[in-house]
Amino acid sequence: MSNIINSLYNIRLLDDLARKKTFIHSIHPLIKLLTTIVYVAVLASFERHEVSALLPFVFYPVFILSFAEIPVVPILKRVLLVEPLIIGIGILNPLFDNYIVVFGDIVVSRGWLTFLSIFIKCSLAVTVSILLVATTGMDRLAIALRMLKIPRIFALQLLLTYRYIWLLIEESLRMVRAYSLRAPGQKGVKINDLGSFLGQMLLRAFDRAQRIYQAMSLRGFTGEYNAGDVPKIKFRDFVYFAAWSLFFIIARIYNIAVLIGALFTGVGR
Amino acid sequence: MSHHKLEARSLYFSYPDGHEAVKNVSFTIYHGESVGLIGANGAGKSTLLMLLMGILFPSRGEVLVGDVRLTKKTLPAIRQRLGFVFQNPDDQLFMTTVYDDVAFGPRNYGLDEDEVKIRAEKALEMVGIPHLRDRAPFKLSGGEKRVAAIASVLSMQPDILIMDEPTSALDPKSRRRVINLLKNFEHTKIIASHDLDMVLETCRRVIVLNEGEIAADGITEEILFNKELLESCGLEIPLSLQNCPVCGTFKSHISHVKKWDLSFSCKCQD
Ligand SMILES: Nc1ncnc2c1ncn2[C@@H]1O[C@H](COP(=O)(O)OP(=O)(O)OP(=O)(O)O)[C@@H](O)[C@H]1O
Ligand SMILES: [Mg+2]
Repeated sequence: MSNIINSLYNIRLLDDLARKKTFIHSIHPLIKLLTTIVYVAVLASFERHEVSALLPFVFYPVFILSFAEIPVVPILKRVLLVEPLIIGIGILNPLFDNYIVVFGDIVVSRGWLTFLSIFIKCSLAVTVSILLVATTGMDRLAIALRMLKIPRIFALQLLLTYRYIWLLIEESLRMVRAYSLRAPGQKGVKINDLGSFLGQMLLRAFDRAQRIYQAMSLRGFTGEYNAGDVPKIKFRDFVYFAAWSLFFIIARIYNIAVLIGALFTGVGR
Repeated sequence: MSHHKLEARSLYFSYPDGHEAVKNVSFTIYHGESVGLIGANGAGKSTLLMLLMGILFPSRGEVLVGDVRLTKKTLPAIRQRLGFVFQNPDDQLFMTTVYDDVAFGPRNYGLDEDEVKIRAEKALEMVGIPHLRDRAPFKLSGGEKRVAAIASVLSMQPDILIMDEPTSALDPKSRRRVINLLKNFEHTKIIASHDLDMVLETCRRVIVLNEGEIAADGITEEILFNKELLESCGLEIPLSLQNCPVCGTFKSHISHVKKWDLSFSCKCQD
């Protein structure tokens, strides 16, 4: 159980990372959001069972990971959290699609290719989304959404949900800790106690959320979230956006992996 | 200055479950006064403060700030003038950095970012934590959180500072720091606490609550010396006023109390 409790400290890692001051962090939030949207859109536009053409798209998250000085392992852990979901979405393909595809000497079923394709696409999309939050921060992301004319209420909803979720998790971790101290040598919460445990958790989280809301309104909060100065979009930001979009589109049209392979083996397609 | 006046007129409040937490409470607090609100657990201190802040509304009676009656309509204007520090700083700090938390209030009042910066930095300076500005609030120690919470209210430059248990759960050093901080504020302030020694040092006037009613209202030394009164309200004479732990005679430093100096001065130590 100490594992969960340790994570209490890491829960807000993304917030911490978002405060770094690297080149990537200094890119305008709106630009980063748009770049991510283009990235995900291009990924989604690929053929159902395309695999090799997806490889160049690994470059973008790797680029961000290295230039924004983001530690790889915690990010991967967070991606792993959603992996079961992704597998759940894709796993039926190999069962129903037995059509055989031949690559030179290798024979595979198209179902597996589709599964692999879905798996890669979803993992990449999740990774870049997490990286977007880790390099921008939820506050500034909400500002970017407002700039896209997303209604205030949605941006606010997102922001408060994000804040409250951590509170809820922290509150439950604290309860789990208190419980485990009084139930040593026991794994998890006993089923008999689960009802009152969950009920308490909900009530507490609700109470806490309410007090925080009160604290916010006491300091003049009326629904418009102000996260301070928003920088202007600079020329540099445009270049960043244009360069990446160009790269994504070229990688969509030409299969770069195959092109490079051809370059080395001297065999055209 | 009458507009810094805070007045409660026969306030009553019952919680939805029917528990009457505040009964017939009236008082007036004038500009520059420092008032300690004391009472046992469950006496209704927090409830009363919430009534003053307009978080709760009284079932009977009214609250006046300056000459304005506190209603839903006047709430925004009034809240700008009252600064409330929560009992638990975790409820108050929710942004990603201390600076953002301190700047939260001023930003909501639509000040431009330069002015926000000036105010936030001044508030951080006042409580002595400029070095914590870029830290995440949830990673601070209890004492640091407390002063950060105080700074987040000071940045709004309120006329009246209202605090719920500012020294609870603090170690002696952090407690001392908060006390010194409070002593140096020229604000009108209301401090709810069981820490009677702290009240003795920081407040000139004391209101005693007992089961939701005012049991006494007067000068700090008079009330905190009144053993009978305090005990009937579930409280004790402050430690610094109790008998000398060395020789057992009553400490002879009443004259010191008046000068807000509580250094230990029993004759047996001479
Ligand atoms: N949400 C609530 N619903 C019902 N009763 C409540 C609620 N909050 C407080 N009370 C009751 O109201 C009374 C006054 O509570 P209050 O929190 O104001 O006391 P307090 O003087 O601040 O105590 P403490 O020193 O422990 O902080 C208590 O008897 C308490 O049980
Ligand atoms: Mg209380």
